[in-house]
Amino acid sequence: MTDKESPQSPSLAGLLHKQRDEGWVFSAACRTAAWSSFAFLTIIIGTILFSAWGLLDWQFLTSYDSRFPARAGILAGLWGSFWVILLTVLISVPMGVGAAIFLEEYSSDNWITRMIRTNLANLAGVPSVVYGMLGLTVFVRMFGLFAKDGFVERATGYRVEGLEVLGISIPLPFSHSVISGALTLSLLILPTIIVASQEALRAVPPSIRHAAQALGATRWQTIRGLVLPAAIPGIVTGIILSISRAIGETAPLIVLGAATYVPFAPGNIDSPVKLVTEPGGILEAPFDRFTVVPIQVYYWVEKPQAEFKKLASAGIIVLLGLLLAMNGLALFIRHRSQKGLKW
Amino acid sequence: MPSFTDVVKDRVPAPAGQPRTPKIETRSFEFFYGATQALFDISLLIPERSVTALIGPSGCGKSTFLRSLNRMNDIIEGTHHTGDVLLEGIDIFAPQIDVVSLRKRVGMVFQKSTPFPKSIFDNIAYGPRVAGTRDRATLTRIVETSLQRAALWNEVKDRLNASAMALSGGQQQRLCIARALATNPDVLLMDEPASALDPASTARIEDLIFELKENYTIVIVTHNMQQAARVSDTTAFFYQGRLIEVGPTRELFTKPRQKQTEDYITGRFG
Repeated sequence: MTDKESPQSPSLAGLLHKQRDEGWVFSAACRTAAWSSFAFLTIIIGTILFSAWGLLDWQFLTSYDSRFPARAGILAGLWGSFWVILLTVLISVPMGVGAAIFLEEYSSDNWITRMIRTNLANLAGVPSVVYGMLGLTVFVRMFGLFAKDGFVERATGYRVEGLEVLGISIPLPFSHSVISGALTLSLLILPTIIVASQEALRAVPPSIRHAAQALGATRWQTIRGLVLPAAIPGIVTGIILSISRAIGETAPLIVLGAATYVPFAPGNIDSPVKLVTEPGGILEAPFDRFTVVPIQVYYWVEKPQAEFKKLASAGIIVLLGLLLAMNGLALFIRHRSQKGLKW
Repeated sequence: MPSFTDVVKDRVPAPAGQPRTPKIETRSFEFFYGATQALFDISLLIPERSVTALIGPSGCGKSTFLRSLNRMNDIIEGTHHTGDVLLEGIDIFAPQIDVVSLRKRVGMVFQKSTPFPKSIFDNIAYGPRVAGTRDRATLTRIVETSLQRAALWNEVKDRLNASAMALSGGQQQRLCIARALATNPDVLLMDEPASALDPASTARIEDLIFELKENYTIVIVTHNMQQAARVSDTTAFFYQGRLIEVGPTRELFTKPRQKQTEDYITGRFG
């Protein structure tokens, strides 16, 4: 028994020692990698905060852009981002989750669905500028169908410039409006939402589906009552990550022709109170011109004056704040939806 | 280890005078996965209110046959069948048959227990709920009687709102039996219900099967021949997709008529 406490033979001790050394090197490398990413983030945020210091105040959040840096603010961008993201969510989430449910739960494995699956993976990798070009043609200009001497005018003899539906005037084509931006960003994030939702659905054990169907549940009852609730946390994570990407997108919206200098908020709703007091603006907002926070930042960075560079830094901080808020929301929804599940 | 003869020799043979009415009857049933034929010409009578065991080596088609009895094989793509499966004389593959109501009458318990990620109450109430029962009092009554029939009530009555996933393996399997009973079926199909359980839980499940046959027609697939000998009244031996022999359990285990049956139950292959 006492032999165990005595030193091991020299060769064995050497072996043990060497092994421990290698482990230390590897774990130190991993530790450095992990901490360096954190360090970079700290440096970036620190630099930007330092640069934005003094400008990031209530006035910055509640003013429109101005030629004078001291009076310029991010309000138009904030409301623009709000409307674009709201509409993007309303469009892309039902379509994306619906497509994922179809592909995972209903579709049979034939060449069409295989083609859709392959294309989804490819679409997720398409550069966002390309989506901007697509949006410009399809939504902003609508292939020139409604233009002067366009197809509609030649076919009907009338120049159609818009539709009145339930008191809302919808311009045709959508032109450089919020809805064009939202539709384009929806296309941009759809593949990501679909793939993430598919993976979440696939993670639900098939045995649960079989058990439910053996109890006489229809396929739809199985999906609604068991499969979707179990997949919701994964789906929500996918959605929030895509939305976070959409918030930061600049390139496709610039291609679309989102305005850079906008001294108003879409639908003239410039404070949350007006959502209640002037609900008419809610219906107008989707068809108004807009800018978003990252475009506003981009526009300020381009300007020669140093003060605008500082404004850009302040804008970046606001954007980061938005992203953090979205991630917080994601955590909250995940937590909430997991409570209903009793794994 | 007791031999099968020991297990079955004291068993009182089924009264000969009154032949049991068949609950399920298959006529020349054949089943195909794509081009592969899994079942060949199965004609079998499954008597009412008794336990019928399906035995045979892995891949012999016994599970496929079991899943055909409530059309669970419909879920798998590219399968087809010929021949008939009659439940009380009615062809279950007839076009006017509603699969959903068929599965309510022919319940199923799987090899691996599959509790839903919900509370114990919601697990049991799932079947009645999808069938449209919303009344809380009715559901509570169904949950209680189902759990009592599955001999689980006393263990879980204080924590019906706890997660079903927190139950032990044996309890989960009894939960699944209770869940299958909650839709008020008259046939219960069990696909190796005890193969993943410890001996004590297995014994409980077997006791339960013995009690349930008073009211239900039970078809059980099992790898464990002692289990077949212990719980079943009729045993059917499947081999390579064919029904080799079927007979009262006692006879099949003591005086098998076919050489293959004898080889299998004596452990010479399989």
